[in-house]
Amino acid sequence: MGIVTPGFRGRPRPSGPELPPGQYLTEDFPVLSAGPTPRVPMDRWEFVITTETSREHRWSWTDLMALPSDTPTVDIHCVTKWSKLGTTWQGVSLDTLMSDVDTAADYALVHSYGGYTTNLPLSDLLDGRAWVAYRFDGDDLHPEHGGPARLLVPHLYFWKSAKWVRGIQLRFDDEPGFWESAGYHDYGDPWREQRYQGD
Amino acid sequence: MPEQLDLGPHLDGNALAGPLREIFAVDVTAATSRCAACGQAGALAGLHVYASAPGMVARCPSCEEVVLRMVRTPDAAWLDLRGAVALRIPM
Amino acid sequence: MARAAVPGRLSWRVGRLAEARQETPTARTLVLDVPGWPGHLPGQHVDVRLTAEDGYSAQRSYSLAAPAEGGRVELTVQSVPEGEVSAYLTGVYSTGDPVELRGPVGGWFVWRPAGTQPVLLVAGGSGIVPLMAMIRSRRAAGSRVPFRLIYSVRTPGDVYYADELRRRARDDAGLDVTFVYTRAVPEGWPHPPRRIGVTVVNTNGWPPALTPDCYVCGPTGFVETVADILVALGHDPRRVRTERFGPTGG
Ligand SMILES: Cc1cc2nc3c(=O)[nH]c(=O)nc-3n(C[C@H](O)[C@H](O)[C@H](O)COP(=O)(O)OP(=O)(O)OC[C@H]3O[C@@H](n4cnc5c(N)ncnc54)[C@H](O)[C@@H]3O)c2cc1C
Ligand SMILES: [Zn+2]
Repeated sequence: MGIVTPGFRGRPRPSGPELPPGQYLTEDFPVLSAGPTPRVPMDRWEFVITTETSREHRWSWTDLMALPSDTPTVDIHCVTKWSKLGTTWQGVSLDTLMSDVDTAADYALVHSYGGYTTNLPLSDLLDGRAWVAYRFDGDDLHPEHGGPARLLVPHLYFWKSAKWVRGIQLRFDDEPGFWESAGYHDYGDPWREQRYQGD
Repeated sequence: MPEQLDLGPHLDGNALAGPLREIFAVDVTAATSRCAACGQAGALAGLHVYASAPGMVARCPSCEEVVLRMVRTPDAAWLDLRGAVALRIPM
Repeated sequence: MARAAVPGRLSWRVGRLAEARQETPTARTLVLDVPGWPGHLPGQHVDVRLTAEDGYSAQRSYSLAAPAEGGRVELTVQSVPEGEVSAYLTGVYSTGDPVELRGPVGGWFVWRPAGTQPVLLVAGGSGIVPLMAMIRSRRAAGSRVPFRLIYSVRTPGDVYYADELRRRARDDAGLDVTFVYTRAVPEGWPHPPRRIGVTVVNTNGWPPALTPDCYVCGPTGFVETVADILVALGHDPRRVRTERFGPTGG
């Protein structure tokens, strides 16, 4: 720890018993950005699941909108230490998108417009735990928060919830994504404080 | 697919000077690097740096591909330079 | 636990507030005593780290505003709305209190007093800070390289170092200063409030044929605009050096 500067407290960092270790509560929705915000024309937007045998399953925006959706209310935890409780989204469950996909893969590498990637076990995308979300708090998802659509996997640190999602590649091996190849944890469970490789 | 990009709030490569001087004994931001994606050469100080993120991401000002990434964990610095062909460091 | 310093690499130093000056109602110059300060070039900055009692820490960059005098260095900090670090440094930070500093850093956005090219400085708001260090160093080094400064501020009350700039514009031979006011102008000013544009830069800068070194500093949007104008006017992009302070850079 550095030398204490008297009177410096930093932004208020309310904690709570319902928060994972090291996290503090925020009311606003900070925007993190590792690059420019991609703008994809809706008539060109598509979401593609590619299996380990290179079979592709595609959805256009219209296809996605035609699928049944959920409105989960979930807590989100960013690795930069803020947590936001009770956020409400609308999106299509990955269970729905995966229902016709035949795969024996164990891992998923998520790809985004703009080049971002993130990896996680395929099982973490299933059983009602992940969505392709396109509405937040009753409004269309704003581009700076990942619109038109982002992945939502709230039980892992929020960098796994890839903004501007464009597809998922199913794999036998766990290929590290953008942050995972630069020191962040391959799994990223906030309750076990898995921030960095080796945590 | 041609994606239209909206340049977010970025800084210049100058902002990497402090974090990189924790690793290197010389200032690397004045070094020239060549972008592995588009070939454009320039000072690291001229890269576009996105700092409100889990790490610092420096992108080519010409094609916006990632040139350098740096993550500081409590006990290590991770530095990825795969987007740079080579660095010419003035001595 | 403190690790042993590795030679050549920079570690954090402790500086203490020796004195402070209010530059404008929202900007404050901090004069810090930093034992063992190695000196610096105008344009360089430091990273400042603040640590709270509970171990929480925040780190930001601040430009060095003047040439060092021994172990004394100066920063000028603009208070930004809801700014975590700037609010503390402009409002709470008191004489004798310690902060940690890493620097000087940055070898690109610097002016070397041995330089011979004419220099154009373009500042937006707090972006004046490293450019003022260049103006001060020029005089201190007895350089006769011609300097032109274009300084964009919201209102006359937002000008940093106002008296000194007026004095230097009169006394430092070869230094021209142009103000651009974006919200309110001084009495009798020939223009209504305006934003910096091609005409201002063209009229008050140098012709590209003189191959001046251009330094542009301020909020990200301002820097973007000015750098585009300079390149459009025919300046070599390699001679246009920029320092973006971020969205809130004043
Ligand atoms: C190389 C360099 C040199 C600098 N030199 C100086 C200097 O000489 N003087 C000076 O006053 N400043 C300087 N700055 C800016 C300084 O580092 C801080 O950014 C500034 O003081 C604000 O910090 P803060 O903690 O007060 O604000 P923060 O708490 O970081 O932010 C305050 C508010 O600004 C907004 N904000 C901040 N970051 C973002 C973002 N990325 N996207 C959207 N909104 C955002 C948010 O609304 C936030 O609530 C420099 C920056 C750099 C990179
Ligand atoms: Zn490039």
